[in-house]
Amino acid sequence: MRTPISYFLILSGVLFTIGTIGVLVRRNALVIFMSVELQLNAVNLSLVAFSRQFKELDGQVLAFFSMVVAAAEVVVGLAIIVAMFNRRRSANVDDANLLKW
Amino acid sequence: MVPVIGAVAADWIVFWVFAPVSVAAAVGMLFARNAIHSALLLIVNLFCLAVFFLVLGSPFLFAVQIIVYAGAIMVLFLFVIMLLGVTREESLVERLKGQRPLALLLGAGLIAEVVLAVRYGVGISTKAAPGFDAVNKGGNVRSLARLLFNSYFFPFEVTSVLLIVAAVAAMVMAGRRAVAIEEAGRSAQEAAEREREPVP
Repeated sequence: MRTPISYFLILSGVLFTIGTIGVLVRRNALVIFMSVELQLNAVNLSLVAFSRQFKELDGQVLAFFSMVVAAAEVVVGLAIIVAMFNRRRSANVDDANLLKW
Repeated sequence: MVPVIGAVAADWIVFWVFAPVSVAAAVGMLFARNAIHSALLLIVNLFCLAVFFLVLGSPFLFAVQIIVYAGAIMVLFLFVIMLLGVTREESLVERLKGQRPLALLLGAGLIAEVVLAVRYGVGISTKAAPGFDAVNKGGNVRSLARLLFNSYFFPFEVTSVLLIVAAVAAMVMAGRRAVAIEEAGRSAQEAAEREREPVP
């Protein structure tokens, strides 16, 4: 393999940043959720890259666990978004302002 | 191990083909006005990441990424998008003044920070990555399973509990709504009957 690990790490950082900007900028709850998924995946990429760098499989096991947690998170999060939509007829996060001061 | 084409290894080409695609798909997801376009572009991005997992010597995570993420999770996303019927446009009003420029600025700062951290942590070298065949001896899946069912056995069981709890939570959220609708229907029916009774 000729590609240095640092390239994968920088790519992972770029993808994580794009996900962060998505969370900060977008207003649609579903798209915000997709951005969170992008962040999780970027971190998975860096975990697998580090696993390669240090010649240990622990990073891959950790990435596997983070996939499981992401699946659970998606199930609960989408249920919350559907519940919010049923109440407010909107998936816009600005409309969910009941707890805002 | 890696087939060498001329002077560059195959994984070098794979990286430089898929890295721009994945970044472009992520940026497209960010700017797509329609939520379905966002979801489809995210699937492209997840496929690219699966290819990177394969390049990095993890065929098991490659398969899991495609089955779980690009398959199950994104289908769930598309189901919810269709359920909510997101055809309306997102409002472009900024609730917080200067939120978007500030987000872009902080994002650029974060990228610079990551590059610096990689520079001082791992080092941005053109040196090739270390070999992985010794670690993956007997197959990636087998060595991963050995690790998972020995040192990580307890966390593995805890994740099963987590999945059950998440499934029950989702069912409770959906179930309460069904009960509420049923009650609303019953009270409407009773009201209609009460209305009918006084009439001889």
